[in-house]
Amino acid sequence: MSHAATWAFRVRVAAAAATSRHVPAQVARLPRVSPYVVVAAVVLVGLLLFVAAMGARALLAPKAPTRAKLTTYESGVDPVGQGWAQTQIRYFVYAFLYVIFAVDAVYLFPWALVIRSTGLGAASLVEIGVFIGILLIGLAHAARRGLLRWF
Amino acid sequence: MTSLSTLAAAEGSAAAAATGITSAAWLLVALPLLGAAVLLLGGRATDKWGPLFATAMSWAAFVVGFLVWISMIGRPADGRAMHLTLFEWIPAGSFNLQAGMLVDQLSVAFVLLVTFVGSLIHVYSIGYMEHDPDKRRFFAYLNLFVASMLLLVLADSYLLLYVGWEGVGLASYLLIGFWNHNPAYATAANKAFVVNRVGDFGLSVAIMIMFVTFGTVTFAGVSQAAGGASEATLTAIGLMLLLGACGKSAQFPLQSWLGDAMAGPTPVSALIHAATMVTAGVYLVVRSGFIFNAAPDAQLVVVIVGAITLLFGAIVGCAKDDIKKALAASTMSQIGYMMLAAGLGPVGAAFAIFHLITHGFFKAGMFLGAGSVMHGMNDQVDMRRFGALSGAMKITWVTFGLGWLAILGVPPFSGFWSKDKIIEAAFVGEGWRPWVFGLTAMIGAGITAFYMSRLFFMTFHGKKRWTDDVHPHESPLVMTVPMMVLAVGSALLGLVLSIGGTFTHWLEPVVGSHGEESPVLAVPVITVLTLLLVAGGIGLAWMRYWRDEVPVVAPTGSLATQAARRDLYQDDVNEGVFMRPGIHLTRSLVFADNRGVDGAVGGMAAMVGGTSSRLRRVQNGFARSYALTMLAGVVAIFALVWVIQ
Amino acid sequence: MTALITSLPTEFKVAQVDYSAIAPMLIVTAGALVGVLVEAFAPRRLRYAAQVGVALVALVAAFVVLVTVSVDAQGLTLERAVVIDGPALFLQGTVLLMSVLGVLTMAERFGGESPDAFTPMGAAVPGSPQEASAMRAGLMSSEVFPLTLFAVVGMMLFPAAGDLLTMFVALEVLSLPLYLLSGLARRRRLLSQEASLKYFLLGAFSSAFFLFGAALMYGYSGSIYLGDISKAITSASGELDGLLIPGVVFLLVGLLFKVGAVPFHSWTPDVYQGAPTPVTGFMAACTKVAAFGAILRLVYVGLEANRWDWRAGVIAVAALTMVIGSVLSVTQTDVKRLLAYSSIAHAGFILVAVLAFDKLGVAGTMFYLVAYGFATIAAFGIVSMVRQGGSEASHLSQWAGLGRNHPVVAAVFAFLLLAFAGIPLTSGFTAKYAAFSPAIAFGGRAGVSLVVIGVLCSVITAFVYVRLIVLMYFTEPAGGEVVAEMPSPMTTVALSIGTLVTLGLGIFPAQVLSLAESSSVFLR
Repeated sequence: MSHAATWAFRVRVAAAAATSRHVPAQVARLPRVSPYVVVAAVVLVGLLLFVAAMGARALLAPKAPTRAKLTTYESGVDPVGQGWAQTQIRYFVYAFLYVIFAVDAVYLFPWALVIRSTGLGAASLVEIGVFIGILLIGLAHAARRGLLRWF
Repeated sequence: MTSLSTLAAAEGSAAAAATGITSAAWLLVALPLLGAAVLLLGGRATDKWGPLFATAMSWAAFVVGFLVWISMIGRPADGRAMHLTLFEWIPAGSFNLQAGMLVDQLSVAFVLLVTFVGSLIHVYSIGYMEHDPDKRRFFAYLNLFVASMLLLVLADSYLLLYVGWEGVGLASYLLIGFWNHNPAYATAANKAFVVNRVGDFGLSVAIMIMFVTFGTVTFAGVSQAAGGASEATLTAIGLMLLLGACGKSAQFPLQSWLGDAMAGPTPVSALIHAATMVTAGVYLVVRSGFIFNAAPDAQLVVVIVGAITLLFGAIVGCAKDDIKKALAASTMSQIGYMMLAAGLGPVGAAFAIFHLITHGFFKAGMFLGAGSVMHGMNDQVDMRRFGALSGAMKITWVTFGLGWLAILGVPPFSGFWSKDKIIEAAFVGEGWRPWVFGLTAMIGAGITAFYMSRLFFMTFHGKKRWTDDVHPHESPLVMTVPMMVLAVGSALLGLVLSIGGTFTHWLEPVVGSHGEESPVLAVPVITVLTLLLVAGGIGLAWMRYWRDEVPVVAPTGSLATQAARRDLYQDDVNEGVFMRPGIHLTRSLVFADNRGVDGAVGGMAAMVGGTSSRLRRVQNGFARSYALTMLAGVVAIFALVWVIQ
Repeated sequence: MTALITSLPTEFKVAQVDYSAIAPMLIVTAGALVGVLVEAFAPRRLRYAAQVGVALVALVAAFVVLVTVSVDAQGLTLERAVVIDGPALFLQGTVLLMSVLGVLTMAERFGGESPDAFTPMGAAVPGSPQEASAMRAGLMSSEVFPLTLFAVVGMMLFPAAGDLLTMFVALEVLSLPLYLLSGLARRRRLLSQEASLKYFLLGAFSSAFFLFGAALMYGYSGSIYLGDISKAITSASGELDGLLIPGVVFLLVGLLFKVGAVPFHSWTPDVYQGAPTPVTGFMAACTKVAAFGAILRLVYVGLEANRWDWRAGVIAVAALTMVIGSVLSVTQTDVKRLLAYSSIAHAGFILVAVLAFDKLGVAGTMFYLVAYGFATIAAFGIVSMVRQGGSEASHLSQWAGLGRNHPVVAAVFAFLLLAFAGIPLTSGFTAKYAAFSPAIAFGGRAGVSLVVIGVLCSVITAFVYVRLIVLMYFTEPAGGEVVAEMPSPMTTVALSIGTLVTLGLGIFPAQVLSLAESSSVFLR
């Protein structure tokens, strides 16, 4: 955790926890408490809030269950057909092309940064060529499959 | 096993490296194995000459065994054992394991028995299986059996012995179920298998304990290391070995499969389930004498198991009407004698093997006789439908009769020389033991006389009780000649081998020698008493099954008879004690997997949602519940690691 | 965080690449890429032959290069990201050989136009007119071959990974193609697609565990290299100890998932059953090799120093895996599910060897993987041959009486089952011996008790297998014509090799064992 983040966190905790005059003293003592305890406490409080809200709703809300209300779809229309449906996978094209065009950037930029400064030499040029080549094979495959036609 | 070199040295002192013909001992296993391979792989092309080829291979193995024996006789007693290294089997770093053969007096005795009786049965089968369309497969299995059995007795380590052990089990299993078009036979094969697994499990555990404690599994290595081991360890090993022996030799409490195993073709019963394989347990106990001698408790258990089985088999034998099942019960009982003797230590071990050899001859002969009877009687096995066959099947009658006299222990036939010695040995000792075991053995001899005479008289004497469609006839020569040879053995072998204690002296370097210990009763008294009991048994059987009319349908009989007919309720006990809990255990584990893992998680939801649909969905195996299982597993591992830490 | 930043090298350093060490992987990658091009440009009628040819040539060439060139180029390369040492080479070679068999079985057409096990069109809705027309048009999923090659690349990299990130990349490279492959079955497609999705979801879940574990380990040691982690553990200051155990456990969970160890096994039966049968065989054999290779490297190189802290967890997993795998296989009625549970049990047996923490344990593990893998591919090859009414007769009752009509097929299958059961003279026995003996010798009391459990479980599984043998030989056919299809020469070769290896390793295991032993030392 960076210093800035820790600091912000402390402030928030401190603000939430105390309004007394001893705020500075408490901030000073906080480092002794493991930050994890604080996180756990926040999680716990969050859970409690959720449970309290749901519980209060369950206790307070009027209930008048009828058969229709207990069906899965309360709209009154009976579910028809079966749950099995085919997922549209046509967006895989975008994923595919994204991988091809974005992944090269991941390596190309760092490579471009260091190629001059550290005598990587010609070998690295070949290597990056192989890398691009592999991506190109993917692109060729995609083109051949008709994925690059947009009309 | 750090000291492999020292072990090799130790082996060297016990058994010299094989020379001369002994170095060709591997042929003993290889020849029948070759036969099996040719027949199984050759397919239909070998149908014509396959059986003859298999028989030739078996005889060839006998010839090799015979030559090995001759060369062994030519050496002084302490130089007879030889060791033959075959190849490095598993050289896993320091866990070195060689496959080798130990050719000593004990194994050669077995080799001769197995190859000789086995070859005779091959010959007999040529006639017996003549009309079977699948006889090529049958002969292949027979060869496979001979090879495995020879491997078992020639192995120089428990592990290689285990290989042979599994091999004979497999062959036996294949042969019991050979006529698998009959579901009952297939069930019998199945049962033999399951019971044998229990025994094999014992053997594998024993090997494992040896391996863990001694770091070696060779006979030489273990016998050397056994001296320094604690008695508790040795007792554990001994008991586990005994469990293995019980499974293979049909000893109490693993005896139940043998009766059903008679479903196989009769030559199989003769070879495997009477003469050779079932005696493997006795071989194991005798071979492991160095363990049992140092573990008196285990030894006592061996004796007790032998005593119980010999009575058990004898009682069951009295009630069986199926000729093969009666013979099977008698086998069980006779092996009980051997087991008892083997458990007595050096005093009895030699006699155990002696009885094993003679028994191999006369029991195989009788089984072949039974097969010959069945051959002439349209494959019937119910003795109540036999009777007065002595006229129709003269050769069978005479040869069977010789076997009968031998198993009864009537002098001078073979059984007398071996069984009487066992009874004498059982009377040796102090305290209550000699009386209990000696008297058991003696009474067993009386019962044996009764049921074997019953069998003999019901089959060959008394009145004809044949069904209308049978026309008994003598079997062809190819079947009767082996029977005659075996009958000669039944008559004379015991006498020949016991002149001057030849056989026991022969075995002495292996099983150890014992001082002159006299039984608690004088030897002549024991002999006379035994013979009197035998005579009584014969007389009783004569009265009931020769003189009197034998009912064609078995009478209901007393409670005891009923119990004996049902093998003293062995199957019911097995089912109640072993099978049901096993089934329940599996079921509940499946239930736990389907329900428990998911149910524990989904329990809350299950209370809310409909339970029926929930149940169906649980079985569907949702990925989410799988993921939850994983998560629960992670948490459990964490808990475990932290607790241990 | 400042500390971490300063620990990074400020100057860019050129990584040295030992091309001869990684050449086999490059060859397989190249083969896969060529396969992609073939898929795009080759005319349809040539595609099958071209794909199978490319795949086989790439795999065989990689193997040849591996045994001739790479063996002499052992060492750490690519800035320690890839370690080519004895175990890595042994396992890579194993993966290559097994995937040759796998490709051969996948290429089986049974006289048809396209690979028999795979759907003609993966994107078509099962049972739709679209699928029917794809079938009529003779389409085929020949992309399975490049996919397989990509998976093989991941499998080769997995046991050779020198750092956690490389290991993770390898894990994903081997997994993603497998997810796809398991969804491409020609018959019972819904089951297949369900298997694929389940495998993907749970695989992603386990990958997350692995990644989280890697992050924690980085937090603990400040490095992702296994060697550095090992050093950090030995010289631990105690400051960040809280991260170590969770990191170790999460890493192991990710890997144990791949081998199908209990309680991370739930996917195994479903996926094995649903996936096309040759893929199941390939997956069962090769994934296990690769994943156990990775486990070995992680555990022996990275985490051995504090093994006393986490060993108990893996011991429990091993015991559970053996017990659950073998007990549940008793009640299975589907032959593929049965083999799946048996593969779970085998994973447990192998873990026993891993836990020996000795050089011999490594050798035992590797030998077991070889023995198990070849038998498994052959076994699944046979399962794919046995048919009733055109579709696979995977229910056990359909196997009744197979021995009578198809003695050879039944005999081979019976033999493979005996190998799984660990009967002597099969590779299963020698493998169990090789796996269990180091556990006894070096595993201490835990090792001995695991071996005892292992032997007991072997007895249970032996019962299962032999019951199946009994079913094939001694039971009347339940009715309906069950036939074993006549395999093409390719499948025949694959089955013969698998069976012969199983037999050979049972009788003369010496060569392979000593090879495994001589290549069981990890470089750090």
